[in-house]
Amino acid sequence: MHRRSLLTSAAAFGLGLSLATGAFAQMDKVKACFVYVGPINDGGWTQQHHAGATAVAETYGDKVEMVYQENVPEGADAERVLTQMALSGCNIVFATSFGFMDATNAVAAKFPNVMFEHATGYKREHPNVSTYNARFYEGRAVIGTIAGLMTKSNKIGYIASFPIPEVIMGINAAYLAAKKVNPDATMNVIWAYTWYDPAKEADAAKAMIEQGVDVIMQHTDSTAPMAEMAKTPGIIGFGQATDMADYKPTPRVSSIIDNWAPYYIKRVGEMLDGTYTQGDAWEGIAGGEVQIGEITGVPDDVKAAAEAVRDGIAAGTLHPFTGPINKQDGSAWLAEGQTAPDGDLLGMNFYVEGIAGDIPK
Amino acid sequence: MFTLEKRPNPSRFWTVATPVLAVVLTMIAGGIMFAMLGKDPVAAIRTIFWDPLFDPQFASYSRPQLLVKAGPLILIAIGLSLGFRAGIWNIGAEGQYIMGAIFGAAVGLAFYPDEHWFILPLMVLAGAFGGWLWAMIPAILRTRFRTNEILVSLLLVYVAQSILSSMALGALRNPEGGGFPGSRNLSQYPAAANLELVAGTGMHWGVVAAFMAVIAAYVLLQRHILGFHIRLAGQAPRAARFAGVNPDRLVLLCFGVSGALAGLAGLFEVAGPAGQISIDFASGYGFTAIIVAFLGRLNPIGILLAGLLMALTYIGGELAQFMLGLPSAAIQAFQGMLLFFLLAVDLLTNYRIRWAFGRAAG
Amino acid sequence: MTFGGIDPALLIASLMVASVPIMLAAIGELVVEKAGVLNLGVEGMMIIGAVCGLAAAVQSGSPVVGFAAAAAGGAALALIFAFLTQTLLANQVATGLALTLFGLGLSSLIGQGFVGVKPPQTERLTFGPLTDLPFLGKVLFHHDPIVYLSIAIIAAVWAVLKYTRTGLILRAVGENHDAAHALGYKVQRVRLLAILFGGAMAGLGGAYISLIRVPQWTDGITSGAGWIALAIVVFASWKPWRVLLGAYLFGGITVLQLNLQAAGARIPVEYLSMSPYLITILVLVIMSANRGRGAIGAPASLGRNFHASR
Repeated sequence: MHRRSLLTSAAAFGLGLSLATGAFAQMDKVKACFVYVGPINDGGWTQQHHAGATAVAETYGDKVEMVYQENVPEGADAERVLTQMALSGCNIVFATSFGFMDATNAVAAKFPNVMFEHATGYKREHPNVSTYNARFYEGRAVIGTIAGLMTKSNKIGYIASFPIPEVIMGINAAYLAAKKVNPDATMNVIWAYTWYDPAKEADAAKAMIEQGVDVIMQHTDSTAPMAEMAKTPGIIGFGQATDMADYKPTPRVSSIIDNWAPYYIKRVGEMLDGTYTQGDAWEGIAGGEVQIGEITGVPDDVKAAAEAVRDGIAAGTLHPFTGPINKQDGSAWLAEGQTAPDGDLLGMNFYVEGIAGDIPK
Repeated sequence: MFTLEKRPNPSRFWTVATPVLAVVLTMIAGGIMFAMLGKDPVAAIRTIFWDPLFDPQFASYSRPQLLVKAGPLILIAIGLSLGFRAGIWNIGAEGQYIMGAIFGAAVGLAFYPDEHWFILPLMVLAGAFGGWLWAMIPAILRTRFRTNEILVSLLLVYVAQSILSSMALGALRNPEGGGFPGSRNLSQYPAAANLELVAGTGMHWGVVAAFMAVIAAYVLLQRHILGFHIRLAGQAPRAARFAGVNPDRLVLLCFGVSGALAGLAGLFEVAGPAGQISIDFASGYGFTAIIVAFLGRLNPIGILLAGLLMALTYIGGELAQFMLGLPSAAIQAFQGMLLFFLLAVDLLTNYRIRWAFGRAAG
Repeated sequence: MTFGGIDPALLIASLMVASVPIMLAAIGELVVEKAGVLNLGVEGMMIIGAVCGLAAAVQSGSPVVGFAAAAAGGAALALIFAFLTQTLLANQVATGLALTLFGLGLSSLIGQGFVGVKPPQTERLTFGPLTDLPFLGKVLFHHDPIVYLSIAIIAAVWAVLKYTRTGLILRAVGENHDAAHALGYKVQRVRLLAILFGGAMAGLGGAYISLIRVPQWTDGITSGAGWIALAIVVFASWKPWRVLLGAYLFGGITVLQLNLQAAGARIPVEYLSMSPYLITILVLVIMSANRGRGAIGAPASLGRNFHASR
């Protein structure tokens, strides 16, 4: 019953109002509130947001009061929780699931003096609503490089959750990176239709291994696929959301870590010193929001190649979606040397050329 | 040890006193649990039961919210209680709730962005129809093939959830949402929105419908021959048959009513508080309503109170979580305890306890 | 030998493993229902079993201790249900649902210290040359002990119900508790024991998820398996061997649809995910239609509380 949608903010939709300019007065003490869709120990999405919240409390000590509420269903319940938080004196409220989008904007209208931050959404209907997200596809390009170099069967598996732009973006980024270093690499996608169902995720990993897949990526939250991979020597995978360090050095050879701490610390800090303004953040490896976990259990040249991709992305010299790239049906998407506009990524609903299978509709 | 002696009639005193006793017992047991978790038990109990109603900071907001939260629970539970009284087990209200929301929302979205007075009424009809239709599947399988209705209605919940996610990702997806799942927000589409009727009261059409259902069920059970048939079928199936009750018709009727009411609850929720069809629209109201129906002893007035009590523990529980840092799991366990105690002390209503020391009582 | 890129030996082996948790929980619930009690709290008992099993296995370092603790934990939760429904005559449907709610909450509280901890590994059994047999070796002789235990439990339940006096009493209590009482059987005691057995089995099933299938603890780890177990009992029309069949069908379709996807078959995923439920309904309809009129083998006293008036 995990309800969250990992989606992305979209300046491209033009739904945000013009950014508020006036900074706020300095504050002696900030009450920072966090609303989570899952339990704080879910081992994935919510756990990482909570880690960020905890980091805020540790950084600012007495100057910040941090409260949170876990397991908040989307819809009417979210609106109530957000309202109660605003009533309880929160100065800034972080709503950490895509499904909280409309509720966040509705509550923000009623509490113009409380700042609202919505993760992964695109609506900023009021001056006190900001949005933030992370460019996870950058991380996918790094692990895609490892996958392409490491696969012996040339079959890379991808356990996908729901067919939404964020997930499709990740599949494409990983495939393009793998293809670049290994033109024979193919991608097998399993749509699990769940964010979190350990038994089903384990079954999906197992089905892939039986199909000869030897590198598995996951866009679901549990470590169950890791445990399944650990049963068969030679199979490798990547941590998702958390480092999944328990499975070092193999099968987990690296990971994409959601790291919200820098953003949370920055925003709360801006509240304290009075420089806070409305914003729309979409940071990646360079901003520290997306971390690549330690690369373990692979040959040095593979590690070096992956780190080169990581550093190239961080430095801005490499974009995971750089043309020429065609869509699956063969039609042109990006011309030679062109990089993908953010708007195309945020609404991505097609596979790139070379990936077999259909995206479920 | 003790023995139990069935009362000829339920005790009036205990009918009123048992819920109070149960709440007190839960406060004690829950307080012990909260203390073990290192929280102040008195503060926790006060936050859950008192603050949503009387705290100056929250009450003006959370009191109306009680109605918003209790509305769908009561509406669904009333429908279920009719069947439960007749020994007809619809435990798939969650699926009927989902289908009502999908049907109703689909009708509303089909008219977007036109403004006509009849759109919301049409959605209401479609919502009731969707729930009714989904409930007819187990009902007809039961009457036609004698298939177990508990299981079919439960299984159809999972089917409805699959349909919900494919609707949110496919047919009903907001075409202006840039590929994001979820429909347009109905509560922002005036002709289809089920908004508060009087600002600040929490009253929307779903709450009104819930109150009307309570009254209708009360009249039906007390005054109408159909209510008598329902009660008779549950208490004495054979006698009911002699009295001319057609069991198949009763199954269709009870399923139809409970399905339609669950569908209505879904429609009012999707057009109002929830606002949109999304992958995670279903939030368990259909299952919680079963508990509400039993807590209210299948009695319309009891269900009304039970629904409000459940809503109170949800809202108070939320306050306790972020005011006191209680884990949500503790609130869940606390609700479980409350249900246990309510069910346990119910015994006193129908039975007399005879304590037997040393010898077996007659 | 493969069909459409899928090796049937591996597929069967996977579905045997995938079916174990629901099979164990379902066979326990079957005994409970045979005694005339409907306990809808299977999901709650499973998840308590999952967390108790993991906690005990981690603390002791032994999976065996873990499974024992899981059975005890499931039974302990079932004891609450038994006390409420048998002693205090509370409604079984409502109590069962409350049990699930309570179990989910309590398991999360217990599990707070065990998130992300890996339990000790349960070794697979090998049967020497048998394990090396083509096809059969992979299908039958390369599993962990619980796979075999679950099948043995089904066989035992079948034998007990069919051939022993205990089974006779259990069925008598479930079919007509008034008559059973008149014959001098202790209805409530029989039901109490059945409920405890059901809790223990559900606990084992839950622990199979947290100790072998996944293996770790996270909140809500059973993700609805208990509800499926309930469905299987009815699907099986209260016959032990059909529980095995039902569990394989449910486990099989999930595994098959994932395998088909992995093999690159173009299948409508969103509809396949609802197929186990639709197929179960279909099977139920066919079974009940063939049976003509009358119930489909449900114990006559199912869900009704017993109170000796004399």
